[in-house]
Amino acid sequence: MTSVWVVADVTPSGVSPSAFELLAKARTLGDEVAAVALGPGATEAAPALGDHGASTVYASDDAVYADTLGRPAAHALHELVAGHAPDLVLFSTSYEARDVAGRLQAKLGCTLMSNASDILGVDEAQTQVFGGTRLVDVALEGPTPRLVLVRPKSFVAEPTGGTAEVVPVETTIPDELTSARRVERHEEAAQGPRLEDAKVVIAGGRGLQDPSNFSLLDDLAAAIGDAAVGASRAVVDAGWVPYAYQVGQTGKTVKPEVYIAVGISGATQHVVGMKGAKRIVAINKDPDAPIFRLADLGVVGDALTLVPKLIEEIRARRS
Amino acid sequence: MQIAVLVKYVPEPQGTPTMGPDHLLVREGVEGALDPGDEFAVEAALRLVEAHGGEVTLVSMGPEVASAAIRKGFSMGANAGVQVTDPALRGADALATARVLAAALGRASFDLVLGGVESTDGYTGTVPVTVAELLGLPSATFARAIDVQDGALRIERQTEAGYDVVTCPLPALATVTGSAAEPRYPTLKGIMAAKSKPLEQLSLADLGIATDDVAPAQRVTSVSDAPQKAAGSVIQAGDDAPAKIAELLAEAKAI
Repeated sequence: MTSVWVVADVTPSGVSPSAFELLAKARTLGDEVAAVALGPGATEAAPALGDHGASTVYASDDAVYADTLGRPAAHALHELVAGHAPDLVLFSTSYEARDVAGRLQAKLGCTLMSNASDILGVDEAQTQVFGGTRLVDVALEGPTPRLVLVRPKSFVAEPTGGTAEVVPVETTIPDELTSARRVERHEEAAQGPRLEDAKVVIAGGRGLQDPSNFSLLDDLAAAIGDAAVGASRAVVDAGWVPYAYQVGQTGKTVKPEVYIAVGISGATQHVVGMKGAKRIVAINKDPDAPIFRLADLGVVGDALTLVPKLIEEIRARRS
Repeated sequence: MQIAVLVKYVPEPQGTPTMGPDHLLVREGVEGALDPGDEFAVEAALRLVEAHGGEVTLVSMGPEVASAAIRKGFSMGANAGVQVTDPALRGADALATARVLAAALGRASFDLVLGGVESTDGYTGTVPVTVAELLGLPSATFARAIDVQDGALRIERQTEAGYDVVTCPLPALATVTGSAAEPRYPTLKGIMAAKSKPLEQLSLADLGIATDDVAPAQRVTSVSDAPQKAAGSVIQAGDDAPAKIAELLAEAKAI
């Protein structure tokens, strides 16, 4: 009998929906599917996890999991894994999950695969390389459980109408594991639809030349309506826009109806976060930019002159 | 303050990567460089020792040629380097890499271990925190700003919606994002000085690690082309470009 676990990210705003995506996949892989939820809100999230396919939810509402970084969660998971011996443990890639999975790997001596885009079995997963142009199947060997960090939006969440048995996690966390602590939380207010939910995503890169030109993309988003503005890592690193804008490997994965890449060259880093878009428009001065290979419509030219004309065109069509 | 920085030699990020018949990234005969993500960590380390005193030691695993990454860090101002190189490490996975780096770090005493968030070639993103676990260190990851005050680490940790302030007593490990500090360009003086800085080269045997402990537990079974979308059209930015984009948006019912 195979057992597959999904580790849910519990955040201050509830359980991350990425856990539901993983549960949909887990149901096709294991005879037994369980979820682990650690942090305030975990017990409250258990019915939803059950509704998406978890027959057991190991849950703890202890604030220690939210107030620290990964170490207590890895400790608790280690204990759970030792007691129940799952074959495969799935995480949805996030900063929190990387910390937990990386530490759990060291404790268990089990292999950990990052950036999976599909799970082929309890001991095989798939990843994409070279900007998503090549698929690589990887056999996971060595001691169980195998640990896999999966890219968000790799699977589609599907409710089953099931219910989960909630098993409280009562691990005692040694004090020395809580020394790295969150002492303040700061949220940067965002306007309009979230990047992950918007019908259209407009993302800017170095080709915009100056941070002030990002306002052009805001104007375009406003003209379209259901649109959000994103960015490449290069400009986030350069401090032009906050991290919350970043689309790509280290940032968000988006799958909008239309993705408009403005002055973005199309580095692998960026492409893996947006190649799932239904339609891709690229605007770039460099005709050899790799982004054009992905584009349904590519426009070779200067974004700074083209975008204002596009805004005019959209406004004209609207009126 | 003694700071160690984990650095990696990666194929030239601007180049086109290729895969060999063994399904491993071709690293031989390919131009390489210090991973740009690691430059941020080196810079953060240099700024901390400039403010608080101390030394920066670069620690790396990779083939002989990878010493170029350490030399680059030397030219920026790092003081010493340790390179673990061994034929048995070819194709090493994340756990093997972490074991090697932890063993190399364990030979000296460091107040702080820094690393980039993830490498530019593999994007695994878990090696530093696995190293921290193996060394029994607390970690503060994804720092967009980093400082040491009264013997404790204080970082601004990137989050989805903003940032968290995280504090942690030393010794500790931290990873820094590209927002932490713009890496300096090596000066001519720095490049000249780099040549005489101590670079220690170690084998697995020197670290007391058996080949079995670094055997990869991930094996590529097949590589195939991803399904390709039909090629789109590429046009010059003429008068009709805005209309064409608007039409596409209309087809998608976005306007």
